[in-house]
Amino acid sequence: MSAPIPYLQGAPQPSSERGRRSSPWTWRWSDRLVLLLAWSAGIGLCLVSAAIVLYMGYRGIEYLRPGLLFTRPAISTSQSHSGGILDPLIGTAILTVIGIALAFPLAVCSAIWIAEYGRPAWLARVVESSIEIVAGTPDVVLALFGLSIFQLGLLAPLSFRAEGGGVYGRSFIACGMVLSLIAVPPLFTATRDGLQAVPAHMREAAFALGKTRITTIRRVLLPSVRSNIATGLTLGISRIIGDTAIVLLLLGETLHIEAQGSFPGLNILRGTGSTLTTYVYDNSPAGEGAAPQKAYAAAFVLLLFVLGLNLLVDRIGRSHGRRMGLSVPGGAV
Amino acid sequence: MSAEEMLLDPPNTADDGSEALATGGHARSVHPPSAPGVAPGGSDEVPPVRTIVLDRPPSPVAPPVRERNPLRAPSASTAGPERLRLSEVSISYAGKPAVKSVSLSIHQGEVLALIGPSGCGKTTLLRTLNRLTELTPSAARAGQILLDGEDIHGLPDTSLRSRVAMVFQQPNPFPMSIFDNVAFALREQSRKRPRRRELEPLVIDALSRAGLYEEVRDDLDHPALRLSGGQQQRLCIARAIAPRPEVLLMDEPCSALDPVSTRVIEQLIGELRRELAVVIVTHNLAQAQRVADKVAFLYLGDLVEYGPTAEVFDEPRAQHTREYVRGVFG
Repeated sequence: MSAPIPYLQGAPQPSSERGRRSSPWTWRWSDRLVLLLAWSAGIGLCLVSAAIVLYMGYRGIEYLRPGLLFTRPAISTSQSHSGGILDPLIGTAILTVIGIALAFPLAVCSAIWIAEYGRPAWLARVVESSIEIVAGTPDVVLALFGLSIFQLGLLAPLSFRAEGGGVYGRSFIACGMVLSLIAVPPLFTATRDGLQAVPAHMREAAFALGKTRITTIRRVLLPSVRSNIATGLTLGISRIIGDTAIVLLLLGETLHIEAQGSFPGLNILRGTGSTLTTYVYDNSPAGEGAAPQKAYAAAFVLLLFVLGLNLLVDRIGRSHGRRMGLSVPGGAV
Repeated sequence: MSAEEMLLDPPNTADDGSEALATGGHARSVHPPSAPGVAPGGSDEVPPVRTIVLDRPPSPVAPPVRERNPLRAPSASTAGPERLRLSEVSISYAGKPAVKSVSLSIHQGEVLALIGPSGCGKTTLLRTLNRLTELTPSAARAGQILLDGEDIHGLPDTSLRSRVAMVFQQPNPFPMSIFDNVAFALREQSRKRPRRRELEPLVIDALSRAGLYEEVRDDLDHPALRLSGGQQQRLCIARAIAPRPEVLLMDEPCSALDPVSTRVIEQLIGELRRELAVVIVTHNLAQAQRVADKVAFLYLGDLVEYGPTAEVFDEPRAQHTREYVRGVFG
């Protein structure tokens, strides 16, 4: 190394240890502390999620038998006679379908309206804050509110009348409708953010080709935010699948799917049942505690459902992005 | 002193007449000394020169510099029937005028270049021709624009825009396949794929006219966003000319492209003008000389000069045009 040039000696030296690609060991202590915290927070979260998946997998696989998925549950005090989880599985599926069928058009249409029309501005603000309020309401509050609504005499056709003549207010329809409310906010937010991120020149290009606004939305904008919608859809479905409070209050918590009435199909929707979440709750040591091993198995199935869903949407988003020639940074979720 | 005058004068000048003359003198001093007092243009019929500085006659114009610009291709005038006629068109945004009382006519077979410094209203004027300015809520328009004798405000905007197509500054293909990008322009409003076999010849025709087909013939189903910038812009041109418009508007179509792609697009403009009228906004004066048959020079919303390219560049009648084409400002 050459000797320092004398007249530069008083001048500030070009910092050799900071700025360039320097080792963290040479950093200031506060920088090092923040780095350590950031690392440990990230690794800590990884450990927690790994612990959940591994522990549930360990306990779940231990008790999971293929037959468990295809046998109906039975009421019994001994685990060997309490059957499988077929009814809760079907119950979860029915509620997901109802919830998404209602939430999807509601959320996507309001997102389109907010992002593409949004006039008058005060109404747009009201709509956005309403959705935020729904998103912020605890689900047990929504459930209680739903119960009081569906117990109105007017809405008796959506559930059934109990023996005393009062409206029971608990059914797959009632539960699905309230569950759709908790799926709307994530779906709405994802769609709106996606639409707002579409550059303005894309819209102008379509308008300049003589396309109407609605054609532009249908043929250009919605296809280009498909991965955003898929993300929102996963989040919405995950919330429906994972919700317990609304199901506890509004599905009647019967172990089997109990149909009401004689009209095929509709009788199930008007009837009561259970889902994986309530099954887990009821069978866990916190509930009745009759079959904790089956609770683990059901919880594992639930976890697999949600993880699988996330993976699927991630794949859809990536392949869509590849097909469109968009750069896909980290996947959809 | 009006606001316009303030904007026109260099910031260091005072607001009296001698300073305006000094500006003229400055411009003269750029060029070899010349005999003053020669009438501008030299012909009998001199279209009026717009006065920029209010209540003041146009500055005396130096005699034309008779040198041919080597950049310009020999102009073979191919002017056909008149397509668009603008009379006294003014546009303002939220009450602030952007284009002031412009009258022009645009013919098939001709390329009209709109030139002028930034913010002079070129793009606004261009976007008014297919009523895209209407998308800006604060924009207001006065005057009349006739497309083949019909007022464009009597036409539905969707059919107007397929007759007056537009290419933008940034290549903006849709995130779809190359085929679908062009087919989208051809499809009726919202119908999806009215049989691909039916559309295919039209799509291929549009791509060939845009000079892109040979490069993408095997990749019609590949995403358009994978093309290079120049190819994307030609795809946008193909998309615009697919429904056989009468007028093609181009808003600085080459400003985001490299020189090679620019040359390809300029050649394409030369070919396209045979079948339609082209209006191009450009900041690149050399490009305006290369591609345009006529040039309109706008300054602060005023149409200062309008005429054949050779005249505007070699014998500009207005002081501001001369300064602009000589690169004194802009």
